[in-house]
Amino acid sequence: MKLFGSADAIIALILVVAMILIGLINPAFWQLSNIFSLLKSNVVIGLMALGVLLVMISGGIDVSFTAFAVAGMYLVVRVMVAIDYDGVILPFLAASLIGGLLGLMNAGIIHKFSMIPLIVTLGTASVVRGLLLGLAGTSNVNINQMPDALIALGRTDIVTLERANGSTFGLTAMIVLYLAVAVIMHLVLTRTMIGRSVYAYGADAEAAKRVGFNTGRTMIFVYCTAGALAGFAGLLHSSMIWLANPRDFVGLELDVIAAVVLGGASIFGGRGTVLGTVLGVFILVMIQNSLILMGIDTTWQRVVVGGMLIVAVAVTALRDRRAPV
Amino acid sequence: MSQTNTPQSGGGSLKGAILRAGGHTNVQLGVICLLILVSMTAARPQMFLSAYNFESMAFFMPELGILSVAMMIAMLTGGIDLSIVGVANLAGITAGTVFGYVAGEAGAGSLGVAPVILGVGVGLLVGVLAGLLNGLLISGLKITPILATLGTGQVYIGLCLVLTGGPAIVGFPSGWTWLGNGKIASIPVPLLLFVVLCVGLSLLLSRTSFGLRLKLIGSNPKAAMYTGIERGRMIIWSYMLTGGLAAMAGILLSARINAAKSDYGASYLLQAVLIAVLGGTNPTGGKGNVLGVALAVISLTLLSSGFQMMRVSNHLIDFVWGAFLIAVIAINSFRGRKAG
Repeated sequence: MKLFGSADAIIALILVVAMILIGLINPAFWQLSNIFSLLKSNVVIGLMALGVLLVMISGGIDVSFTAFAVAGMYLVVRVMVAIDYDGVILPFLAASLIGGLLGLMNAGIIHKFSMIPLIVTLGTASVVRGLLLGLAGTSNVNINQMPDALIALGRTDIVTLERANGSTFGLTAMIVLYLAVAVIMHLVLTRTMIGRSVYAYGADAEAAKRVGFNTGRTMIFVYCTAGALAGFAGLLHSSMIWLANPRDFVGLELDVIAAVVLGGASIFGGRGTVLGTVLGVFILVMIQNSLILMGIDTTWQRVVVGGMLIVAVAVTALRDRRAPV
Repeated sequence: MSQTNTPQSGGGSLKGAILRAGGHTNVQLGVICLLILVSMTAARPQMFLSAYNFESMAFFMPELGILSVAMMIAMLTGGIDLSIVGVANLAGITAGTVFGYVAGEAGAGSLGVAPVILGVGVGLLVGVLAGLLNGLLISGLKITPILATLGTGQVYIGLCLVLTGGPAIVGFPSGWTWLGNGKIASIPVPLLLFVVLCVGLSLLLSRTSFGLRLKLIGSNPKAAMYTGIERGRMIIWSYMLTGGLAAMAGILLSARINAAKSDYGASYLLQAVLIAVLGGTNPTGGKGNVLGVALAVISLTLLSSGFQMMRVSNHLIDFVWGAFLIAVIAINSFRGRKAG
């Protein structure tokens, strides 16, 4: 498989043009500290987007992953505070496991009842958020209570530079984690049987079944992975902002879906690449974060994101009509 | 592909599962209403059966009811409208902004009847135009309804933020708040409006060629094409209707609480989907009726009001709504399989 499919090349081109335009409007865009902070903002949305990419390739849509992310993050942090545990690896495994198990619930309902994924995930999102806020509580875990190990992880930088005034800024090490997950996802999707089955299921579920794919297993793989990535990203988010808020991520699902669509994935399934998604996430985050640099009031942010989503889906709809899979 | 209109093929009800009976969905929904009424009365007799409780339900149920009917109409063609809450808020906020301009320094509270009629007109116009945009994206550009309305919903909420700058618009004219809080012959105005809308839409869907064509598009697109129905135009009309209804709900919401804000009623979206599905609407299209949706909204309003009296937290009520939706999906699926 070529590294750059033609669709990915177009997305990369859009990205470069957008970067040049923003840089022309405000040269401050190209400051290294701005680029580093952009990259940092990519990590959490990007990890979630990789999960949503899987769901969309399989022909579904998921609006519950943000609820799963909050559940994984908040439960794990609360337990860590309660038992005074200070580590990194076990908590992240636990958060991924929580997300994965909740994803299993999605997969089971969607597959067993052959129900529209949007309606199922609307329901499970409400169930999970309702239970979490109703039973686990609504109070934030603030920086003074947050486990030190998580905070330490969140502030790890791979490069640290010094500004002229002596203050330092760095590139978060989490970006490496994100890119590693992206590479693994790319390999799984393109080199393994389960990865190919996701494309097959999304392009034509009945055909996938007839050629012998175990479609139930495919659904479990898709929704569990999406849930696990969301749980992981949720905990990472709280370790990067040093805060665990049980009402976090409300409305983030749209940004993530917009990024995945921007990256060329089709909601009808069967299409989408990891590289496209990574680029789509970067475009979305860059434009969101650059509104202030471009002198646009932040109240316009949602209009801009919604408009970008509409343009992106319109373009992919045109493409899908011209070249059916 | 083709969905026949037999009652057992997709309607939603709990009693259906209990009795394993294939009777008409609406009869079962009516029974559910009564069951909830009786059990809630048994749990909290003094509070639940009070006139005050029923009156307060009659004031806030219509908003959700109208939104659910709007969702049902979008689902008739096999679509969905995720922008209804955005449209509702945008309608209320636009009207509030218009009042602000008209009244100027004097404050909107002093405005008379004419500006209120103007406000209602502007609000409904905003809704219909928003629906037109949805319809054009869906039928013209062939974007899936989910993504198109997810995107436009953000744009509408974004426009609410741009218009208000964030905080709520407060202080509507007294004529406007009468729409949400007034009474005619001791019947709450919102309830009257809801009943009138339901009867009108019910006739529109079951007695006119428009309604029949709309259902045919959802149940059998190919047959609809061969009978010469202009699919694109019908879809645009249906989303304009949905948008107008959503705006009506937004007008009632802002009138009832005398304020409008970009994030009011956010939980209504899920509830509207749930109520539409519970009321016997098939989300893949072709099937749905106003009476079923009205019965579903009544039963769920009774349910959540009862829970509130039992001091169940709002978050757990969210959980119950979600669980209910999934249960309905599961039951429909079992019954659909049985019906073959």
